[in-house]
Amino acid sequence: MQFEKGKFLGYRRADGRVGVRNHVLILPTITCATKAARQITELVHGTVSFVHQHGCAQVGVDYEQTFRTYVGMGLNPNVYGVVVLGLGCETHQARNVAKEIAASGKRVEVVSIQDEGGTLDAIAQGAKLAARLVQEASEVQREWCDFSELIIGTECGGSDACSGLSANPAVGYVSDKIVELGGTSILAETTELIGAEHLLANRAKNEHVAKRVYEVIDAMEKRSINMGVDIRTGNPSPGNIKGGLSSLEEKSLGAANKAGKSTLNELIDYAERPTEKGLVWMDTPGHDIEQLTGMVAGGAQIVLFTTGRGTPTGSPIAPVIKITTNTGVFERMSENMDINGGTIIEGKETVEQVGETILNEISKVASGKLTKAEILMQHDFGIWRIGPTF
Amino acid sequence: MYKSIILTEKDNVATALENIPSVEDLKITIGDEQRVINLLEPIQFGHKFAIQDIAEGGYIIKYGEVIGRATKFIKCGEYVHVHNLEGTRGRGDKDAV
Repeated sequence: MQFEKGKFLGYRRADGRVGVRNHVLILPTITCATKAARQITELVHGTVSFVHQHGCAQVGVDYEQTFRTYVGMGLNPNVYGVVVLGLGCETHQARNVAKEIAASGKRVEVVSIQDEGGTLDAIAQGAKLAARLVQEASEVQREWCDFSELIIGTECGGSDACSGLSANPAVGYVSDKIVELGGTSILAETTELIGAEHLLANRAKNEHVAKRVYEVIDAMEKRSINMGVDIRTGNPSPGNIKGGLSSLEEKSLGAANKAGKSTLNELIDYAERPTEKGLVWMDTPGHDIEQLTGMVAGGAQIVLFTTGRGTPTGSPIAPVIKITTNTGVFERMSENMDINGGTIIEGKETVEQVGETILNEISKVASGKLTKAEILMQHDFGIWRIGPTF
Repeated sequence: MYKSIILTEKDNVATALENIPSVEDLKITIGDEQRVINLLEPIQFGHKFAIQDIAEGGYIIKYGEVIGRATKFIKCGEYVHVHNLEGTRGRGDKDAV
């Protein structure tokens, strides 16, 4: 199918946002409910869930960040409706999460394992409610939507020395195009911008945003300094180093290419929804899954993910388009990879040509084409915890 | 001709775009200028080599920006990686608060 540039077929939601998928999410607010949630997805077609280890004995900003992540997952427009599944006695109460999501006009149900009298009845009740939501969801038709309604998350994982030369500049080209078309592009992984922060701060919209850039970088760098370790013991990773990256700064300068050349309009907290369009920086760690989860909870409907070493990364609710930095990994891991950016290294294609291929793929995927990570049901989820468990 | 890339004229390292054996007359391109260097070690695809001598403690520049510091004298044509380059950021082992 041919798409008019900057258009796709999406699902319009009650709050006006547009989804590219139509999932029913079984959302466990506590680790104790993740098994039952997974079992519901095995019983009911069209449902997705995720496994995690959080939701209890958390306090303060750490409680809030986890809470915001759960709510953001439910609010993501790729989700038609949600069954929030709790145990009953956890700090992250299912009914509180459900209330926040329902305020958007989305269909939400709540099930508590303790209230239902145990796991089996909770699964049965959750499955019954989910089945109803799935049938309702199936009646929603896709309609023509505009790229200005997209929030695209950008990410690099399993980077190598080609990342900064091929796939990241191509994603940077795409990011600039999305911004030109009135959409939103999220740059994240604060750790992997250490050493490149001045380049972003120099194109911040105003002094406040520039100041925030240095604040989040400083906070991230201090975490490693306070631990008394060289950050290179964990980032760049052994695979990055094998791929030719010698320091975090080198990795960062390559990673920053994903942000193209646009003005940096806003700097938001983890899992927060952008209030501005254009290029937005979300403060996340470099950890692939924690970053991915933050951006999806922040409302990203699609994620562009560049990789040199090859990673299977996917989200339960947002398609992740995998773009390789070199041809070798595209061929070796073809079952995981969507687009080859290695042609840039070989001189067969330009950054702009690969960028146009990615833009066209966004139209297709936004309209229903499945990515490799979706086909393999790679439902990754991980929250950036910022406090101890008590 | 073996392929490598030098990203800006400020850079003092090049990145190999294919596996390059140690050759005495490796052609490199810096901006509009062609130069020949003696590549002292084989360099793997994606890895770096010095295109000028770098003093111990000197900055290593790629993308026109600092990517680290030389932990020892690096001769033009030598392999540059974690054995002779250290990061300058996130160094809790050196700058504990």
